Amino acid sequence: MKSRLLKITSAVVLIAAFMGSCKPKNTSDTVSGDAAQKAYVAPGKYDEFYNFVSGGFSGQLSVYGLPSGRLFRVIPVFSVDPEKGWGYSEETKPMLNTSHGFVPWDDLHHTEMSQTNGEVDGRWVFGNANNTPRIARIDLKTFKTAEIIELPNSGGNHSSPFITENTEYVVAGTRFSVPGDYENGDVPINTYKENYKGHISFVKVGKEGEMDIAFQIMTPGVNFDLSHAGKGKSHGWFFFSCYNTEQANTLLEVNASQKDKDFIMAVNWKKAEEYVKAGKGKKQKVRYAHNTWDEHTHTAKSEIKTEVLVLDASELKDICYMIPCPKSPHGCDVDPTGEYIIGSGKLAALIPVFSYDKLQKAIKDKAYEGDYGGIPVLKYEAVLHGEVQKPGLGPLHTEFDGKGNAYTTMFVSSEVVKWDIKSLKVLDRVPTYYSVGHLCIPGGDSKKPFGKYLVAYNKITKDRYLPTGPELCQSAQIYDISGDKMQLILDFPTIGEPHYAQAAPADLIRNNGQLKFYKLEDNKHPYAAKGEKEAKVVREGNKVHVYMTSMRSHFAPDNIEGVFLGDEVYFHVTNLEQDWDVPHGFAVKGADNGELLIMPGETTTLKWVPDRVGTFPFYCTDFCSALHQEMQGYIRVSPKGANVPLHYSLGTNFPAGK
Amino acid sequence: MNKMYLLAVGLLLFFSCGKEKTNAGEDFTKASSTETSSDPSSYDPKRGEGKFTTVDLGTGLDVAMASEGEKVAGVKCMSCHKLTDERLVGPGWKGVTERRTPEWIMNFSTNPDPMIDKDPELQAQLELCLVRMPNQALTDDDARHILEYMRQNDGVK
Repeated sequence: MKSRLLKITSAVVLIAAFMGSCKPKNTSDTVSGDAAQKAYVAPGKYDEFYNFVSGGFSGQLSVYGLPSGRLFRVIPVFSVDPEKGWGYSEETKPMLNTSHGFVPWDDLHHTEMSQTNGEVDGRWVFGNANNTPRIARIDLKTFKTAEIIELPNSGGNHSSPFITENTEYVVAGTRFSVPGDYENGDVPINTYKENYKGHISFVKVGKEGEMDIAFQIMTPGVNFDLSHAGKGKSHGWFFFSCYNTEQANTLLEVNASQKDKDFIMAVNWKKAEEYVKAGKGKKQKVRYAHNTWDEHTHTAKSEIKTEVLVLDASELKDICYMIPCPKSPHGCDVDPTGEYIIGSGKLAALIPVFSYDKLQKAIKDKAYEGDYGGIPVLKYEAVLHGEVQKPGLGPLHTEFDGKGNAYTTMFVSSEVVKWDIKSLKVLDRVPTYYSVGHLCIPGGDSKKPFGKYLVAYNKITKDRYLPTGPELCQSAQIYDISGDKMQLILDFPTIGEPHYAQAAPADLIRNNGQLKFYKLEDNKHPYAAKGEKEAKVVREGNKVHVYMTSMRSHFAPDNIEGVFLGDEVYFHVTNLEQDWDVPHGFAVKGADNGELLIMPGETTTLKWVPDRVGTFPFYCTDFCSALHQEMQGYIRVSPKGANVPLHYSLGTNFPAGK
Repeated sequence: MNKMYLLAVGLLLFFSCGKEKTNAGEDFTKASSTETSSDPSSYDPKRGEGKFTTVDLGTGLDVAMASEGEKVAGVKCMSCHKLTDERLVGPGWKGVTERRTPEWIMNFSTNPDPMIDKDPELQAQLELCLVRMPNQALTDDDARHILEYMRQNDGVK
């Protein structure tokens, strides 16, 4: 007890000392003269890189330019987004379906770009939902979420969506071990050690990106934190950091910090594939949603799947190995050569670097120090390449510049530290403002990093910008890392609380066959109106389908009558524009829903249930021309059973009537 | 001497052109302003600006082409244009094939933005309509078929 108190006290003193020494005198310290020039992208000029930044608790993905830090777009993924009608339009609602039904929010933690031969290829970005475990695929031709798959047997889908070097698999490790969905989860919580299991999902990615859970590996109950795939020589392996190897179920900040070492779990996924082929997996009854977007019908569909294949790591002895790693490991990063695996213990005062070659030898020699829930535990020294001594406090994440250097964020001491992977010597350190979490170097977790910029994503922003009440934006900071010393050149605000981010050269993305508009002739939406002559209103029982078109600057039809209280009105709006960058909006008074934002050539549907008799205006929300304000119309709602015939018109004025 | 001068000018032109171009492909490499950057004094108000220099109309109306044109126009044009001389969002189509050359019509329908910026009559029209004609991504065939439909509308047999 005494010694623990001593430990805590000394840690506090040490932290205070670090904080004190790193805190700048004012917010503009450490920025030198030519910084602005390095971050400046003149009006009309393009940025060098796209930066895809997770929106954390906003649930969305934001797209920034590097080095300007300009925000280009927020792509809705796991949360409803009134700006784009995501989760409000009938077509997008299925994308947010889960086995729990429609879930309007989630916590998008990490982003991962697809790779070919270990290099970013600009096809897709994957993102994970932390809360109700899911993985999304965002298509970079459309900058739209194309697919979302739910993960059974999981809680807190944190160590995902990391990817293998040819995008064979996206993985997802559960943060909370939980009783499997196929078991009765109604068990006392203090039976964690017996009843709680970890599940790691290997999600297969097809040629067109389509996702499918190929198999899960069941492990002892621990908390999986982060992961990275092997590459090059270590292709075929995956590495997951785990904490709470104490298997505590309460007050984890103390109870999961008991051991000096937790683990990095090394998974031989090629071996796992062999076991799957050999029929060693068990099919388990589960329920999870698989949602896909169809670019031709502009509509999502959601399918519930009911089975998953589970491999038991304690039975199949040679797919998982535990590497002891000090202490409460968080980041788990593999260098561009695939040889070095870097563990970052949140509570460790050093950074352990493991060697893939030594791992192979240790396995061959059976250099075990015991087992953990049936999984062999390797000897620390047998796998260790070396330790970076005194790197800073609270090492979290590491990325690489492709020149033999690693860059690690230090959460507690608020800095980024550059060190040499082979010699393990610290080369440079720069302060961040403040409490840095993830970092991103374009291509920085691939075989081919573009080691020019480094972006640090910070948790705390106080005193960096004009205050906005108790809540402040999170901030990202761009460093030029092209020289020996890192140089801060810009900071910019971000949405939500960004976790991971990835970046790729701009040309790789913008020249990949970007969609500029939907071709009207290819529009296969069942309620599309291709041309004003197809605009109409059709009653089916108490459902009224409005086939509406929009063209700058009017809707067709713009007068609708003969709708009754108790009807469900579906506005199916087709944007007839075939010009780039001319979306139209649609909003109707009193809708307990959102707006629509319809891209050129697209059809989108708003469900509106009038709650009273009267006449309701609708209008376009997105400015397209000088006559934008005139882009409007009326829908009349009469009492049920009233003698008002269904009628719709455009440009026709009738004599004054009832 | 003269030859050297020409060579030097030629090289300069070569380099200045080369700088603008990149091999990255498609419209994405163009800065937004380049579409309108060519010299307005070289604009031909009879032909307009675009890929069409001569359009062979043949002797009479091609009914099949006109009918194709009617279909495309129904999807992409008729929300803004009437077949009469009445203005809707844009001007009515009645008589357009008598007022404009076939080349002008096909260039304008496939390449509206640069022409709106240069053509004096289009600029006058814009003051009336206040909506720039959108680029509706017509193919060359679409444009030709619509032209035939316009001719039919103007009474060509």
